[in-house]
Amino acid sequence: MQISVEINGVTHSADVEPRTLLVHYIREVAGLTGTNVGCDTSSCGACTVHLNGEAVKSCTVLAVQVDGESLTTIEGLADGDSLHPMQEAFMNCHALQCGFCTPGMVMASVSLLDQNPNPDEGEVREALEGNLCRCTGYHNIVKAVLTASGVEK
Amino acid sequence: MIPVAFDYVKATSAEEALAALGEHGDEAKLLAGGQSLLPMMKFRLAYPEVIVDIGRLQDLSYVTDKGDHLAIGALTRHRDIETSVLVQEHAPLLARVTSQVGDPQVRNRGTIGGSLAHADGAGDHPSAFLALDASVVVSGPGGEREVSGADLFAGFLESSLEPTEMIVEVKVPKATGFGWNYQKFNRRAQDWAIVGVSAQRTESGARVSLVNMHPTPTRAAGVEAAVASGASAAEAAEVAAEGLSPSSDNNAGVEYRQHLARVLTRRALNGAGIA
Repeated sequence: MQISVEINGVTHSADVEPRTLLVHYIREVAGLTGTNVGCDTSSCGACTVHLNGEAVKSCTVLAVQVDGESLTTIEGLADGDSLHPMQEAFMNCHALQCGFCTPGMVMASVSLLDQNPNPDEGEVREALEGNLCRCTGYHNIVKAVLTASGVEK
Repeated sequence: MIPVAFDYVKATSAEEALAALGEHGDEAKLLAGGQSLLPMMKFRLAYPEVIVDIGRLQDLSYVTDKGDHLAIGALTRHRDIETSVLVQEHAPLLARVTSQVGDPQVRNRGTIGGSLAHADGAGDHPSAFLALDASVVVSGPGGEREVSGADLFAGFLESSLEPTEMIVEVKVPKATGFGWNYQKFNRRAQDWAIVGVSAQRTESGARVSLVNMHPTPTRAAGVEAAVASGASAAEAAEVAAEGLSPSSDNNAGVEYRQHLARVLTRRALNGAGIA
């Protein structure tokens, strides 16, 4: 089935099987490997991307479901060499250890601040309940999101 | 994990979706937000031959005030329900229960119609549906019909819908100003409830429903009768597990679930304002 999906402002068209998962479309058709496949069962959140501006788990969406829609992945956040404030905050707060969950964490966090620009710590932890860090580095991840919310004020 | 191959039909209207279901019968499955169906297909617990995608039928996504009840389109997403001012005011139990489904990413995709059709005895939504005495409007080859409360749930992960029918609307009677509470007990934030309890006050007592205490979503009839006859929350909660057949799994054995049902029912009744 022929589909077209806009990813980070660039349209990617391909003939795909209906059972192709969106995360595979992003990684293999668009060649954007920043979005990770973690648990593959919509638990861990490593595959989180923005679909029309909202966080979704791309391992639990079919590529054909987003034909004609617009996506942002981790590669689409920075403006050239200048990092997105959330990426900057993750770097400054040392909010990553192995880094595997980081793309999903950052995308979920950006989505949180879009909906709630001034969350408290509890709200950050609740909003990231769908993202697991296998290094258990939650403390600095929460700190990074709170820092970014100050930067973006 | 990749689902078994299937044919894909994108419906641009409810009529088109019903026509596709009429053509393919029980070989077809409706795909709304996909947050339950796609994982089941990836685990190969479900392998429909035809997927009818209704996910972008915008005209079935709404919350409308109909006087004595709220009308909620079947494809209204969880996020739109939990943040709906109408739902928060007139059916706050539903807003709260919806906010406990999965995680934010799941709630951005999942729909109320999909959740109810999935008929999961461990799911959050059916408990609010039962405690609020809600009903669904079902569309099929013979026109529309309404299915209320427990009649929607036929068995383990099985609704009473025919293969050629689809839920188009959920009707939620208003419970404005009445006490309510939802207790969800789980070990990790995004997990299903090990046991959950919804309590909704009514003019004459309370409706109480249990999550993950039976193969199907279920009302706690004994608790409701005790409350109606003037029993205290603690007395009424003692019969919460009677007549039910909870499962035993890694999270909890049968006896522990029965214990949780009693404790959580008491807390839910207290939270709804019953001493």
